[in-house]
Amino acid sequence: MRRRLIPARIGERILKVAGWSVVALIVAFIILPAVVVAISAFNDRAILTFPPQSWSLRWFRRAFTYRDFAVGFQNGLIITAFASSIALVVGAGFAFAIDRYSFRGKRALEAMLTSPLVIPHFTIGLGFLILAAQVHATRTFALVIVCHVVLVLPFVMRSVYVSLRNLDGRLELAAASLGARPGMALWTVTLPLLIPGLFSGWLFAAILSFNEFTASLFVTAQATQTLPVAMYNYVREYADPTLAALSVIYIVVTAGLLTLANQFLGLGKVLNVEHAR
Amino acid sequence: MSSIPPDVASQTRPVGVQIDGVTKRFGDATALHEAWLKIGQGEFMTLLGPSGCGKTTLLNLIAGFLEADGGEIFVSGSLMTETPPYDREIGVVFQNYALFPHMSVAKNVGYGLRMRGVPKREIEQRVAEALALVKLAAFGDRKPRQLSGGQQQRVALARALVIRPKVLLLDEPFSALDKNLRGSMQVELKEIQRKLGVTTIFVTHDQSEALSMSDRIAVMSDGRIRQVGTPDEIYRRPLDPFVAAFVGDVNVLPARLERRLGDMATVALGEGRVQVRAETLDGLVPGAAVDLFVRPDAMRFADADGVLAGTVATHVYQGSHVDVLVDVPAARGGRVTVRVPGHEAPGRWPAGAHVSLDFAAGDAVAFASDAK
Repeated sequence: MRRRLIPARIGERILKVAGWSVVALIVAFIILPAVVVAISAFNDRAILTFPPQSWSLRWFRRAFTYRDFAVGFQNGLIITAFASSIALVVGAGFAFAIDRYSFRGKRALEAMLTSPLVIPHFTIGLGFLILAAQVHATRTFALVIVCHVVLVLPFVMRSVYVSLRNLDGRLELAAASLGARPGMALWTVTLPLLIPGLFSGWLFAAILSFNEFTASLFVTAQATQTLPVAMYNYVREYADPTLAALSVIYIVVTAGLLTLANQFLGLGKVLNVEHAR
Repeated sequence: MSSIPPDVASQTRPVGVQIDGVTKRFGDATALHEAWLKIGQGEFMTLLGPSGCGKTTLLNLIAGFLEADGGEIFVSGSLMTETPPYDREIGVVFQNYALFPHMSVAKNVGYGLRMRGVPKREIEQRVAEALALVKLAAFGDRKPRQLSGGQQQRVALARALVIRPKVLLLDEPFSALDKNLRGSMQVELKEIQRKLGVTTIFVTHDQSEALSMSDRIAVMSDGRIRQVGTPDEIYRRPLDPFVAAFVGDVNVLPARLERRLGDMATVALGEGRVQVRAETLDGLVPGAAVDLFVRPDAMRFADADGVLAGTVATHVYQGSHVDVLVDVPAARGGRVTVRVPGHEAPGRWPAGAHVSLDFAAGDAVAFASDAK
């Protein structure tokens, strides 16, 4: 009996170690590209080799001073601000309508909610480019903004819809029984409770819009190009680590913003229907 | 089924809430069939029934959360049909309390007053009074999630009462509380209700809760009000087999109607004869099959000449009393429960003992048998 117990214990141990190794490997693979890029950003030489032989911060300086990046960053901020805000208002309206009312076309709207990935981004970009050419608007911010609104709308709708579903309908009934007219109940009870959902929807829209490349490549012009498009244009000409430096800045800023948002609004709560309450 | 005439309870006090033939349908299903009910001002009325019986539907209709498909509801004499919930002056305590999670306890309680534009000083004063009433004076700054279930319950009650509602509606308010807390909250609610004299409609599926708290009870099933009466009337003089079986425990004994004489009737139970009230036997002719309903606490052990004979099967000790389960071939289900106060029953009537059972005249109620 004793002799068989010991191998069983060792087997258990091996399994445990193997399990941990698999998890570690998966995590490693996910962050591996980011780590490689981050290290490359500090390479002193003007080619993307790995690992670097000597170290420098010069590519960070170049990332901050290269004119097309500055313009792309600015354009990106403008486009993102408009696109995510418009998407928030429109998406919240749709989400509200789907949650509260029954009407024709509700199914189609719901389908938009659940399958935002069916139409590829380049198709949307190309479609808008063709349409814009008809009205000679291919070089306008409006074109990029409209295109981005369409791209991020499903995500905003989903986020707001989930928050609405999680809201206890009896809260509005309670407000009504206490004398609140519907508008007042919306303002004092429903909206304050929806703020985390609205904000997280807006934040996702903003991140998606700011990072969007495929459709943007079609709908941007020299004057309206966004940062990802400027980066693509850069890498066609140069092969130095500036993009790696830019990536590091990108990751740090996004992670910082998300952490802040999570701290103040508890995003975990609004990302998942099942978890709430 | 027996229909309830609108004036079933001749009330001396003025009418607080009047339900006149209210019907509510959801698609093809009728949730409420022509309900008639008069609730006196300051009365504590309980709507009692199993889930799906229509009691919560009726509550939502009174609150104005649902629109009736027919009939009318009056509160303090005014017709409510065209009045939206926010103008009804009705306080509601929800099953899950529905406290506003983003507001402090004091803000929750003061919400209804702010909606009415009451001056700030007066709001503070009335909120403080309301919180003192429910013994939560020190908790005004807390958020609802920082309170226990019982405390949240009190906040919900204070929030509903602070607007001085014409009617207070409570929808299964104690179902989420544990048994001990439930008991003390029941007493507390009853005291507050009596002190304020607010007309109260209380919805529950718990018959002991209904019996202990109510001035009157309306027993409901399948969207119909089966009987309206005081707890004692409901318990001792059920007009309907559903009411008899739903409220309290009951033994069912198949029997036969022998003859009727005025208000009383004689029922043959085996060799024995039992006198019952005839009011529940309308339309039955002598010879018809009836079911006799007898409460376990009305059953007693006879010396030898009881109407039922059986064998003691087992005992269920309940603290203040013992339920003796007796195998009686003549009873529906083959078994009868006899409730004996104290703890001596197992000694006097041990398992396996042959016993004779009896019950006092007037403790049995007969209904037309539903057995085919």
